[in-house]
Amino acid sequence: MSQERSGAAILVECLVEQGVEFVFGYPGGAVLPIYDELFGEERLRHILVRHEAGAAHAAEGYARSTGKPGVVLVTSGPGATNAVTGIADAFMDSIPMVVITGQVPTALIGTDAFQEADTVGITRHCTKHNYLVKDPAELESTIREAFRIATSGRPGPVVVDIPKDVQIAIPACGSANTGPASHRYQPQVAGKDSKIAEAIKLIANAKRPILYTGGGIINSGPEASRLLRQLQHLTGAPVTSTLMGLGALPADHPDWLGMLGMHGTFEANMSMNKCDVMVCIGARFDDRVTGRLDAFSPDSKKIHIDIDRASINKNVRVDLGIVGDCATVLGQLIEVWGDRKPQDLGEWKARITGWRARECLAYPEKSAKDPSAIMPQKAIERLFELTKQRNPIITTEVGQHQMWAAQYFHFFGPNKWLTSGGLGTMGYGLPAAIGAQLGNPDDLVIDIAGEASIQMNIQELGTASQYRLPVKIFVLNNEYMGMVRQWQELTYESRYSNSYSDSLPDFVALAQAYGWKGIRINDESELDAGIESMMAHDGPVIVDCMVAKDANCFPMIPSGAAHTEMLLYGDQVDGTMDDEAKALV
Amino acid sequence: MRIEEATSERHVLTVTVDNEPGILAKITGLFTARGYNIDSLTVADISENHAISRITIVTKGPPEIIDQIEAQLERLVPVHGVVDLTTAGEHVERELALVKVEGTGETRVEALRTAEVFRANVVDTTPESFVFELTGSSKKIESFVALMRGLGLVEVGRSGIVGMMRGSEKI
Repeated sequence: MSQERSGAAILVECLVEQGVEFVFGYPGGAVLPIYDELFGEERLRHILVRHEAGAAHAAEGYARSTGKPGVVLVTSGPGATNAVTGIADAFMDSIPMVVITGQVPTALIGTDAFQEADTVGITRHCTKHNYLVKDPAELESTIREAFRIATSGRPGPVVVDIPKDVQIAIPACGSANTGPASHRYQPQVAGKDSKIAEAIKLIANAKRPILYTGGGIINSGPEASRLLRQLQHLTGAPVTSTLMGLGALPADHPDWLGMLGMHGTFEANMSMNKCDVMVCIGARFDDRVTGRLDAFSPDSKKIHIDIDRASINKNVRVDLGIVGDCATVLGQLIEVWGDRKPQDLGEWKARITGWRARECLAYPEKSAKDPSAIMPQKAIERLFELTKQRNPIITTEVGQHQMWAAQYFHFFGPNKWLTSGGLGTMGYGLPAAIGAQLGNPDDLVIDIAGEASIQMNIQELGTASQYRLPVKIFVLNNEYMGMVRQWQELTYESRYSNSYSDSLPDFVALAQAYGWKGIRINDESELDAGIESMMAHDGPVIVDCMVAKDANCFPMIPSGAAHTEMLLYGDQVDGTMDDEAKALV
Repeated sequence: MRIEEATSERHVLTVTVDNEPGILAKITGLFTARGYNIDSLTVADISENHAISRITIVTKGPPEIIDQIEAQLERLVPVHGVVDLTTAGEHVERELALVKVEGTGETRVEALRTAEVFRANVVDTTPESFVFELTGSSKKIESFVALMRGLGLVEVGRSGIVGMMRGSEKI
């Protein structure tokens, strides 16, 4: 690279070198030199969002749907702090992301300068790594290392904070390319052979095995999903998945148990409880998955495959921890399995068939309070039926609609399901859909939303309009923060404190104001036609689907309960809980 | 409802890290963010080119938490390695203290005599005060300080633990 380039020019050159297609950003004082470099730059495209939170979530959506790192560019101070929620979200869900933040000039750092914030300090614990670059000569090696760290090992967000003077300065001759040594951070990719052999012995002798898979399989790349299917085929083990891992095994597979955990299926949770060998692949025994820890799968030998050593034995003690990348370890397991035959799993499968017969996802045809209202589960089922031919990418916000989407929409491959799992960020879905649409221009991208969540980043409607992105938003409008309302009904004797969505906008008029198409569905008879006209429109659409206000998301493991203590529709639910249960989130 | 606490044990960890800005904040922040304890922490540059620092952390926790602390530290990009001296085998631990006492007459003589017993050096003296320098285990320092309380103790400064494995092996 030429020595006569400014820091900003070096940065842009590095982004091009990394193969960056899109930069999601918002300009401001401390990044003006970088924006000037982007002016007329044709090798990468800047996507102007409406709020920096939108930039971070859009980068997440792009990354999750393409497997490539998302790139964010924001200014100092409020630009950086606005992006923090998206950075924390990417950290929790292991999404590869590089965030470039402007900073006040080095001489002003620490003086409470205009738009100064300690970005490195603020993001220290919600990034995989972060840097403050004080010397333009270090920029090149720093950016390269940032991309390597963001995308290798357990992926995650990396922040590079660049003071404005460093963007303008030209590195001194001969001093270029110094900086952090690039030999550091070498994650362990392959599992230890002895442990692979031990795992195969356990799996081969299992009478009641289960594969419990997670977002790690998606992060590891499409090859991991292919290998999972192969391992499943060889071992015959039934498969369940966390929210983040949906799509790794196709949902129409006979051994697919559905999602597990708090709103998982009865058969998945019962199988987890009664299995004798559990193989956890790229999941992390999250509290939403385990339920009450002392009652979690009491009789099983547990194998945990994870690229992050710190995830192993964090929440649940396992018998065999294998540190390694999901695809690599799955490949090793398949190789060592060879032509072994699994035990006769007939009895185990028969028990599972029995659990399936409970039909845990059945829901009442009609709402008790308003028999004419559309059941939200029905709306998702119809959305799935009418769009599945297009193999859509689904994003969600956070709440009841998210869980219904996970339960009633079905996925057949990885990278099609984008949701905020770990952090649970309302407002994720719309910007994520924008990022996903940019990365997958020919795909149908639908944000399944709630009327409350969608308002958290509603300003991004303008971004989709500007770049002519045909994203669809399907709002399940029950005029409540539904999940909050549900918990208040179940644990606080229906005292609906502040969970009613008052003063809602007219979403159809709002859509039109932004140049979108707006469709309202009031009655079940309009449901199919509404969805079809959403699909038929060659541009962005908001569908405001009015649904039953009192529908609850079941099955449900109440907080503090075990996998075997699920609530299904029709179960008697007490109106209160003891303090120990209330204290759990 | 009651909030329960688990029983814990003391461990000495040595952490080698890239000597870069913010690394100490990263490590101490990790401990606060995840609710781990720090009893003492020392850090100093140990390499010829000032590129590597060695941090010694004394912490308390149940064995599974100690294991998590190690794993979480190893996850940080600038961390080269973590060794738990307490479980790795025989090791030595030393701490340095500076202890200021004030007094004249018999207490002054007694303070000096006690210092000799503990092999403490006098690093500063005036007609009515001493500053002693003492190296040893934390226990030794604690008993010295306890004795000095009755002999005009004014001020104590302690370095915190530095530890190393016995034998020729490098960690």
